[in-house]
Amino acid sequence: MERNWLKGAKSAYDVVVIGSGLAGMTAANLLAKLGHSVLLAEHHYNMGGLATWFKRKGGHILDISLHGFPSGMVKTFRKYWTQDISDSVVRLKGVRFDNPQFQFTTTFDKTDFTNILLERFGIVKEVIDEFFDFARNMNFYDELKMTTGELFEKFFPGRKDVWRFLMEPITYANGSTLDDPALSYGIVFSNFMDKGVFTYRGGTDQLIKKMKKELLKNGVDIRTHCLVEKIHVEGNNVKGVKINGQDIACRSVLSNSNILSTIHKLVGDEKFSPAFIKEVKKVRLNNSSCQVYIGVKKGEKIDNVGDLLFTSVADEYNTEKILAKQVTSRTFSFYYPEIRPGLDRYSIVSSTNARYEDWANLSDEQYEIEKENLIQTTLDALEKYVPDIREKADYFEAATPKTFKRYTLAPEGTSFGTKFEGLKISRDLPKQIGGLFHTGSVGIIMSGWLGAANYGVIVANEVDKFIGSMKDKPEQMVTASV
Amino acid sequence: MTRDEVRQAVVSILADIAPDEDVSSIKDDVTLREQMDLDSMDFLDIVMELRKRFNVEVPESDYQQLVSMASCVQYLQPLLKDRQLAS
Repeated sequence: MERNWLKGAKSAYDVVVIGSGLAGMTAANLLAKLGHSVLLAEHHYNMGGLATWFKRKGGHILDISLHGFPSGMVKTFRKYWTQDISDSVVRLKGVRFDNPQFQFTTTFDKTDFTNILLERFGIVKEVIDEFFDFARNMNFYDELKMTTGELFEKFFPGRKDVWRFLMEPITYANGSTLDDPALSYGIVFSNFMDKGVFTYRGGTDQLIKKMKKELLKNGVDIRTHCLVEKIHVEGNNVKGVKINGQDIACRSVLSNSNILSTIHKLVGDEKFSPAFIKEVKKVRLNNSSCQVYIGVKKGEKIDNVGDLLFTSVADEYNTEKILAKQVTSRTFSFYYPEIRPGLDRYSIVSSTNARYEDWANLSDEQYEIEKENLIQTTLDALEKYVPDIREKADYFEAATPKTFKRYTLAPEGTSFGTKFEGLKISRDLPKQIGGLFHTGSVGIIMSGWLGAANYGVIVANEVDKFIGSMKDKPEQMVTASV
Repeated sequence: MTRDEVRQAVVSILADIAPDEDVSSIKDDVTLREQMDLDSMDFLDIVMELRKRFNVEVPESDYQQLVSMASCVQYLQPLLKDRQLAS
């Protein structure tokens, strides 16, 4: 008989959180600390969403998205998790660019970027300062129609080399391109420029382990291997969920599943107003990714060639080329022994943006061939920086948009949620159905570790308010239906 | 709660949110952001703490009332006047 992963679960909760990405976990933790009963349901056996890792024979531990996040994460970890987690955040100082237009290393902060723009690109100081101020002062409520490409054209007309310098790292961070709103660029860019790029010493495995411990301490009922199949709605209110075939009642649902899956699959279009669904259908998914994981043999060492390496052989930055299957741009994340003190191991992860349709329709045989090809071309590119990588490494694996889809259940394997318009839909969900909330990677600005975690807090605040208003009216408490 | 007690309650919340700041020297008529390193998430935390500690709901349209200590006290005192400060 199959194991019952819901054994011992209660028949009703204040809130069911669907999915344990950084947003879902952060919201669950906060809501539990505020005194609510929380069920956190995760379909996978591991937690973290894309903030995750995997282990392979030979002692390899591979991180999916550890490098790197903005300094704001220090505060977010301290306030919504623990001081101990916050204390393990360390800065990455070797951010390197190598492409036909320029080659250098930067500490990736405002001071260094100012110097580089001034000295290498010959931009006048006043323009640089004005650009930083403009980017910094954009805020969520600005009604800005400008695209990022237009923002660059305004400050650095025709300077495609500067555009590449400013855009490439942000494309890596959240999948945005020149066509996305300047507002989304301004917020994310400024977050990084504040103090640089950071990572978590101890590795993703240790971070998620500590988070899990904290969630349990605060009373969150964590259930892995638990797939939420349906969100039950009666009238205009959430009544419960179906998990692994079992109904569980709840006052509210906070979905950390993709916003479109939440609406179309978990709830169903018929439960929303036709006007709302019309807007939902305009939401574009963000792109997915390919990654190649390279595990260095035990005992082997590689020289420090930087922590994040943005490489490209394309003449200039171009949205089409960034997404094309014929890969021209790659970001290498180098994980040195300092990341997991005591283990003395090295690993390298190559990330490229990719489209689901380029991988979804291949025959099984062709898919395997293409994956092997991706690994080999990645190693070819990496040999420029680590010449003997083929001898030093003994583990190679590729992930494609199909892989991302399998583990996150995100439609088309999107690794960065949706484009900007998805945010409004996410925010408007509770106006459609009482007690239905969404959090997680959406609208570009709520993407990445910091965006996702903080969005978890923003929405948890609304869930807390909602549950509080229901508890004031106890007659509305749902009864167990199991 | 008296005005002084409301002020004390806000100071106590700020001390928890920004442990590295010296909350004893906050000037009432200067905006909090000018005196402390606070971002929009910190203001959200103030709203959550007010709900948690005093069951007071600050709607989003009133967030600007939290801009300085003086405006916080002015806004919150009528809402908290019947509450006792937890000892």
